[in-house]
Amino acid sequence: MNQDVLLALSYIVASVLFILSLRGLSSQETARRGNLYGMIGMGLAIVATILDGRVDAYFALIPAVAAGALVGIWLAVRVAMTAMPELVALLHSFVGAAAVLVGLASYLGAVEAGHHDAVHLVEVYIDVFIGAITFTGSIIAFLKLRGSIGGRPLLLPGRHLLNLALVIGAIALAVPFVGAEGDGGLVPVLVMTGIASLLGIHMVMAIGGADMPVVVSLLNSYSGWTAAAAGFMLGNDLLIVTGALVGSSGAILSVIMCRAMNRSIWNVVFSGFGAQAGAKRQPKDGEAPQEVFEIDVPNTVAELMEAKEVIIVPGYGMAVARAQHAVRDLTNLLRKNGTNVRFGIHPVAGRLPGHMNVLLAEANIPYDIVLEMDELNDDFPETDVVLVIGANDIVNPAAQTDETSTIYGMPVLEVWNAKRTVMMKRGRAAGYAGIDNPLFYLENTRMLFGDAKATVDGLVTELRAQTQAEAA
Amino acid sequence: MKVGIPKEIVAGERRVAGTPKTTKKLVGMGFEVMIEAGAGAAADYPDEAYTAVGATVAPDAKTLYGECDVVAKVEAPTPDEIPLMRKGLVLISFIYPKRSAELMEQLAKQGVTTLAMDMVPRITRAQKLDALSSMANIAGYRAVVEAANAYGSFFPSQFTAAGKVDPAKVLVIGAGVAGLASIAAARGLGAIVRAFDTRAAVKDEVKSLGAEFLEVELEEEGEGKGGYAKVMSKAFIEAEMALFRAQAPQLDVVVTTALVPGAKAPILWDREMVELMKPGSVIVDLAAAQGGNCELTKAGEVVVHNGVKIIGYTDLASRMATTASQLYATNIVHLLDDMGKAAEFEVDTDDVVVRTSMVTHEGEVTWPPPAIPEPTPKAKPPAPPPKEKAAPVAKGPSPFRWVMPSLGIGLLILWLVLTIQADEGRSSVQAREFVQHLTVFVLAVFVGWQIIWNVTAALHTPLMSVTNAISGIIIVGGILEGGHTDELTAPVILGVIAALIATINIAGGFLVTQRMLKMFRKDPEVGR
Repeated sequence: MNQDVLLALSYIVASVLFILSLRGLSSQETARRGNLYGMIGMGLAIVATILDGRVDAYFALIPAVAAGALVGIWLAVRVAMTAMPELVALLHSFVGAAAVLVGLASYLGAVEAGHHDAVHLVEVYIDVFIGAITFTGSIIAFLKLRGSIGGRPLLLPGRHLLNLALVIGAIALAVPFVGAEGDGGLVPVLVMTGIASLLGIHMVMAIGGADMPVVVSLLNSYSGWTAAAAGFMLGNDLLIVTGALVGSSGAILSVIMCRAMNRSIWNVVFSGFGAQAGAKRQPKDGEAPQEVFEIDVPNTVAELMEAKEVIIVPGYGMAVARAQHAVRDLTNLLRKNGTNVRFGIHPVAGRLPGHMNVLLAEANIPYDIVLEMDELNDDFPETDVVLVIGANDIVNPAAQTDETSTIYGMPVLEVWNAKRTVMMKRGRAAGYAGIDNPLFYLENTRMLFGDAKATVDGLVTELRAQTQAEAA
Repeated sequence: MKVGIPKEIVAGERRVAGTPKTTKKLVGMGFEVMIEAGAGAAADYPDEAYTAVGATVAPDAKTLYGECDVVAKVEAPTPDEIPLMRKGLVLISFIYPKRSAELMEQLAKQGVTTLAMDMVPRITRAQKLDALSSMANIAGYRAVVEAANAYGSFFPSQFTAAGKVDPAKVLVIGAGVAGLASIAAARGLGAIVRAFDTRAAVKDEVKSLGAEFLEVELEEEGEGKGGYAKVMSKAFIEAEMALFRAQAPQLDVVVTTALVPGAKAPILWDREMVELMKPGSVIVDLAAAQGGNCELTKAGEVVVHNGVKIIGYTDLASRMATTASQLYATNIVHLLDDMGKAAEFEVDTDDVVVRTSMVTHEGEVTWPPPAIPEPTPKAKPPAPPPKEKAAPVAKGPSPFRWVMPSLGIGLLILWLVLTIQADEGRSSVQAREFVQHLTVFVLAVFVGWQIIWNVTAALHTPLMSVTNAISGIIIVGGILEGGHTDELTAPVILGVIAALIATINIAGGFLVTQRMLKMFRKDPEVGR
């Protein structure tokens, strides 16, 4: 009894520490302390659980935990910041897998002990179901983010019916599972695990590359609900609290991402958005094919040196080309030159919420010049030069003007209001959303084609030479 | 499309509804412009200046009204002018519909579409058409100039060899557009300026112009519809009057600008207050045309009472005809621009600005207009407020929208389970435990919801990785399942594997978060 009280108290402290940990993330100053709280809370929870009187199988647990810790550390140390989305997706899948295993273990444990209790069985069932979806869904998201599978959505005919059939099948199997005597429920629950896995795969396969931020946050949310379901199953409040925190966190991120794209969750999950990629708008009859104005590196540098106000808008292209360090050099040179340089970050830039901020932070760019879309969208008219690095849809004016466009209504960075917009682009293709960007053809837009890293390096070299020439 | 600018025929009116500058703009928008000979003369715009930018000159009003599709005027038309107008003419002018019922009848009968410049709604979009504000601004300035002219001393303080001269003390009542212009002008001349307004919202604007804001010790908000002040309560007015009486003996100049739309101007400065003032003081009453804020005002005249001069000019804007014409004409250009320029010119009755200012159309009097959504009650565009960053508190939708239905469903399921299992003894304990856990769950969702909305967008990636780490808490489940025996049964193996996987999450998640957070740094000294 005493032991139970001790455990419960540790869990309460751990819950509070987790809450403080998330609260710490409300600003950069407190974030590191928040992470520390999280670690302390986790350490406390694990130690308290291991020291619990009922736990004695140390011979298996300690090596397992040590091995897991080593793998985790290896992953965390090794990962490049550009590869953060993959790591996050992978970690989600682990939560799902662990939940499935814990669910099955809990079921088998109850069978061994001879308990047969419908509430518990339903909880096991739900836990395994969400866990399996999270697991396979995250694996697919991981593979898509890594580029092992194409970003194009896979749209099977009758896919909504297929989803529906899978869900109904999973629910139907609950009846033999709950009704079975002894371990007779094992077959139904394993079949259901298979069905849920298929569902997870199918749902994420049908989502386009541009919607990955939403999917990753959605899976984040699932992994939380999985943990909460496990908490119900085990009657463990710490799991419930933590799961609920993580679950709402993921849900909020999904809401934020969806709002940033002006679409609903349903639309993201079920519409197969981006399938028509490459379907470039053909010029209508009698409409001359539109011309873009190209610019080269020396001329861009000349414009940058004249500029007082510069805003850099990074997108996924910067992450792919790993150009963030070159961008930092460029920023420092420009600032030394007396130019006010700021960064404009669209909520869905990159493949993960807040991805760009992390990359820029990695490159040592101070976070107080990195602003959100809403903070500087009104400042573009007073801006001399906007450098768009590997972004496309998030600066597409069609979102405001063209009602037929698939991204109509999505909030975008209004870069076209600046005196000059330089679009750095690898090639002439459309963005991830697969739609043409009228920005390219505007009179004050200049296209600077080439790999982002190489181009920015070129800008840095040229700018350095120019400033030195001027100083001399 | 031909736009006509007739000569104003109301006595004393020097303004004109078009200037060479605005004519040039109209021509640029595709309009033909015709002016009546001598139309701009009183405002110092000779006919040649108009013809130089492409206008034609009509010898008389009859020709002008006969040939033009749109006629822009300053003063409302007189009975002499109306018969000259043809059916379908678009007339743009001040009308003051509240006191011009008969005029509007005649215009409607004539088949004229009339847009009243004084009816332009006070909405943000229509600010550039707001002729009342343009004119009020001029009148406010001019009021101070007239006061300075009539006042027998300096406005600023002066130190001369012959002694010191005290500065003039000016009170401006009503800090609307005109009031603020008066305050600025009086400050510019060096006077000590005080201002009074029932709307607390204008206090900062008054102060920003360097004037002192007088307040009565009574809480009441005077903000009414459309940025005008509303009629105040009796207690407030008494307190206000007491304040004015206390001020009156010290003041040298009083400028009153209080107007309540559609009503006679309130009497704010009564005979007693006038008599309390020093001889030689000056009162300028901008509300003279609406009956005056001062009890002794006579519209259009200067009254002297006990040595105090009470100026009741109603043509203050017209006294600065050159600029007044330029501003008014620019308002008209903006209106014509909004109506589609020459090529697509149309009286669009669905347009809220056009509909609100339109008083006659197609033979009907269309005044009063339908109500429009309440405008933003800002007295006038002040300097942009300092960008304060509001704390991003719980900007998300309420969790109730999600939680309440799911809570309901959860309870329903619970009830079903309980009903089905009612005969089993153990189940009631189980059910009670379940409800306890559900409570914890719901509360935790609320807490999570509140906290996460406060997370700054820049830290969303660390947020994801830290939640990854803490969702590794499922390790507790693994340990509990896999740790309570030393036989290697299936549950133990599964539990141990789960613990292993969860540890990857915990270690990886926290570590990578730490790595990321270390990178976020503030701006160091410039010129790194």
